Amino acid sequence: MKRLSAGGSVDRNRSIAFQFDGRPLTALAGDTLASALLANGVAILGTSVTAGRPRGVMSAGLEEAHAFVQLGIGSVSEPLVRATAIEVFDGLAAFGRITRGVLPAGPDPARFEKRFAHCDVLVVGAGPAGLAAAIAAGSSGARVILAETGARLGGATIRDPDPIDGVPAAQWVAAAEPTLGGCPEVRVLRRTTAMIGLDQNGVVLVERVSGHLPASARAGRAERRLWQVRAREVIIATGALERPMVFPDNDRPGVMLAGAVRTYLHQFAVAPDRTVVFTANDDAYRTAVDLVAAGRTVVAVVDARPAPAGEWPSRARAAGIEILADAVVVGTEGDGTGVLAAVTVRSGGADRRLVCDVLAVSGGWDPALDLVHQLRAPTRWDERIGGFVPVPGTPGRQVAGAAAGDFTLGGALGAGHAAGIEAARRAGFVAPAGVAPTAPPHREEPPAHLWRVPAPDGDESRSFVDLHRDVTVAGLLRATGAGIQSVEHLKRYTLAGTGVEQGRSAKVNAAVVAQTLLGQPPGGGTSSARPPVEPISFGTMAARAVGPRFEPTRTTPIHSTHAALGAVFENVGQWKRARYFPRAGESMDQAAVRECRAVRTGVGIMDASTLGKIDGQGPDAAEFLERLYMNRVANLKPGRARYAAMARLDGSLFDDGVIMRLAPDRFFVTTSTSHAGPVMDAMEEWLQTEWPDLKVWCTSITEQWVTLAVAGPEARAVLNAAGSDLDLSKEAFPFMAVRPGRVAGLAGLVARVSFSGELAFEVSVPGHDGPALWQALTAAGASHGITPYGLEALSVLRAEKGYLIVGQDTDASTTAIDAGLGWLIKPDRDYLGRRSLARPDFARPDRYQLVGFRADAPVMEGAQLVTDGSGVRPVPMAGAVTTSHWSEALGGYFGLALVKGGRARIGETLEAHDGARSVPVRLADPVAYDRQGVRRDG
Amino acid sequence: MLLIRCPWCGEREEREFHYGGDANVETPPAEADDRAWARFLYGRQNPAGPFVERWVHSHGCRRWIVVVRSTLTHEISGTYPFDQKPEVPR
Repeated sequence: MKRLSAGGSVDRNRSIAFQFDGRPLTALAGDTLASALLANGVAILGTSVTAGRPRGVMSAGLEEAHAFVQLGIGSVSEPLVRATAIEVFDGLAAFGRITRGVLPAGPDPARFEKRFAHCDVLVVGAGPAGLAAAIAAGSSGARVILAETGARLGGATIRDPDPIDGVPAAQWVAAAEPTLGGCPEVRVLRRTTAMIGLDQNGVVLVERVSGHLPASARAGRAERRLWQVRAREVIIATGALERPMVFPDNDRPGVMLAGAVRTYLHQFAVAPDRTVVFTANDDAYRTAVDLVAAGRTVVAVVDARPAPAGEWPSRARAAGIEILADAVVVGTEGDGTGVLAAVTVRSGGADRRLVCDVLAVSGGWDPALDLVHQLRAPTRWDERIGGFVPVPGTPGRQVAGAAAGDFTLGGALGAGHAAGIEAARRAGFVAPAGVAPTAPPHREEPPAHLWRVPAPDGDESRSFVDLHRDVTVAGLLRATGAGIQSVEHLKRYTLAGTGVEQGRSAKVNAAVVAQTLLGQPPGGGTSSARPPVEPISFGTMAARAVGPRFEPTRTTPIHSTHAALGAVFENVGQWKRARYFPRAGESMDQAAVRECRAVRTGVGIMDASTLGKIDGQGPDAAEFLERLYMNRVANLKPGRARYAAMARLDGSLFDDGVIMRLAPDRFFVTTSTSHAGPVMDAMEEWLQTEWPDLKVWCTSITEQWVTLAVAGPEARAVLNAAGSDLDLSKEAFPFMAVRPGRVAGLAGLVARVSFSGELAFEVSVPGHDGPALWQALTAAGASHGITPYGLEALSVLRAEKGYLIVGQDTDASTTAIDAGLGWLIKPDRDYLGRRSLARPDFARPDRYQLVGFRADAPVMEGAQLVTDGSGVRPVPMAGAVTTSHWSEALGGYFGLALVKGGRARIGETLEAHDGARSVPVRLADPVAYDRQGVRRDG
Repeated sequence: MLLIRCPWCGEREEREFHYGGDANVETPPAEADDRAWARFLYGRQNPAGPFVERWVHSHGCRRWIVVVRSTLTHEISGTYPFDQKPEVPR
């Protein structure tokens, strides 16, 4: 192929420098990468996936099976991009990688955007049908989005420039643009592909905003934009795709779709020297006639039909083109590199060798139904076109034009116009009663269907039905020989119809050829298509939600205070929590030991604000919590708090926390940090769905309150020094008491609860008073050496006391009884999970139970616990380590573990194995420190 | 991705909701045997066709609602406040 000296819609005054496989080449503005490569005589782009055969451009559109490239270099490189979809720009660099791409080297520096949009009518495709639909719908005042995958409007009119409304098609299309622009609610999106069809007319579009421009013109602009559109009505006008023919050596570079040859001629002025056309329909005759009109040589039209007649064969004959009737191509020959040099035609029992550089084939046309398939809408076999067409009747959706199986220009214009009016009407608008655009009558004779040409030598391993995946007739024979009958099984057995190209050019051929091999009539179905229509990069999907914008970061009002203290933060869900507060030169372990020591011997202070906090109010609040929680709630007196646990319906432990009763009808409920949302959701669910009669109102106040824990033997002294209107003495304010009051002049709630096992006060104040409270308490505690402590120290302190963390020391099957919380379960009232806990399985003695352990060496959290020396393989698992630390207070390594039948095995020694080494661990009671609770109650 | 009409807020994207499963699961009486209780916990209908489901408008009004959705086509034939659950033959 080469560039002609005239014609096409390329800009001959603007040449563009680009590179292919490192070779500098020149294109014209308006070229696609595919047309530019053909114009430069680049016939081979790479080798095929399994057969390793040379392959070149075979289409001008979405049907492309071969011409995939790696676009760009380094981190701005994108694999497996269709060359027929790439507009060339200055500086473009592409590499022929037709079967396997290379992932970019680093993060994509390009910017991507995401938009949501609603419209009354979404029209997919701006060919004749889509344009007519958009104009008709838009003139009603309806909000219309017209999405066109290409850079220009008009669809197939550039390939087949028949007049519309008596004027040249290009003129009609050019006039359509201002018409659409004159409708205030019409938005035309070029370079925008409808990728994903969702239920209720959700459609995901990808718009190429600046990716088609040279790098210098992209600055400050998104490369691509993802549109999530919700439309009242969708009109699918995606046109039709041409099918290749199946015959021996049909994959050679130079074998191209007949319609594509016309596109290259008319749009890009790129054409072959000598063409043979192979067809069983009239449409491909247009290619022959147009090539001759452009001064090119058409060696012959090879028509499988016995006696081609009618307008198009007559026009071909009038143009001096030889028609070989009742003839088929039975083979192709290549030059030294494998590029097409000649074809062998069998006609009337004799073979003829025809020298050519392009074989233009047409196996017929298939409606482009990716979106229809994605939406699981029905299709049916249409014997007339020899393909599948959509079945109308899906609410909110119409298919118009070639996508509906009507391949005539007049039909497409009429159907598009009618669909636009109907869509507007259904969306509540009235379109003016206009007249549909018209085209000259269509004069094609019915096509014949030639599904394959058997190989004369019987070798079917070179007759490709899926050019993209290298599936041949021989491969289909193997599949049917193995008993495969269903098209979906055939797809998985042979891979025909898979890959980037999704079988657009292959799946009807594959299905029908397999059906004929099985002696079945064609039309028994075709494999489905999955979203997206073409690959969408992760960058496009993520858009701006990357890095710090990936998800929200939650911080408490004390965060900046912690940061100023040099805290090292840890992610707990979305929260940033202080893990430890290192002093100069301290490691995490050293800091944690110092922080623990402060709490055990002096006083420490911690921000506990991330704990979930729920305000439950109402006359039935006590009854509500009684039904939810495993422990008794109703007999809790105002001013008292109680440790509480909640199970799921299946009996497993859901969460623990503290229930504080502020008044007969008011509770302040805390949850673990990670379950703040789920517990709140569960409360709402039960209230709304099962117990709507209960008068309770629950409000999440997690973010409204700051809670500071002051813990250690000197905690009381610190609070007194800070000043409080409460009597904080042991007698007046015992363990598990809760009182509203002031601390350091700040009004809030003071509770004597302890997660460290030491004397502790938790002071809650409104969030905006939090920093002032922190300053007041640390100032008041300065003379006591008050020490901020983080999660690392807290985990040691609480584990020394055997206090578990739900989700760390328990798993989805652990019950409160397994976790050692059986003591809090009320025996005589229903609660969530009670009936499940009565199942005998939960009483099994060999359940995983939470126990403590001691060790003489570090033990990894998550290490498997095994019994030693049994000799049994595989080694029976005894459990796993859930918490592991070094404790200064205990003078050794210790932790918590879930162990099969653990409570009965206390005193036993197991091996903790972390994949590399084993450490002996002695099972112990989970409470290792201050078993009587003397310090806590102090 | 579904478009769900919340009876309180109007049409909203599916991403604003969470799914809550079959709206017609009967809690067995307390004296039900273990087998019946296990069936209640773990056994669920999987009908082909209209299905009466619980959804919650998590990122909206936070109300639980009832949605009748075809499991074959995803067509939503109705949405209701939770206390107005329609009878759909099973």
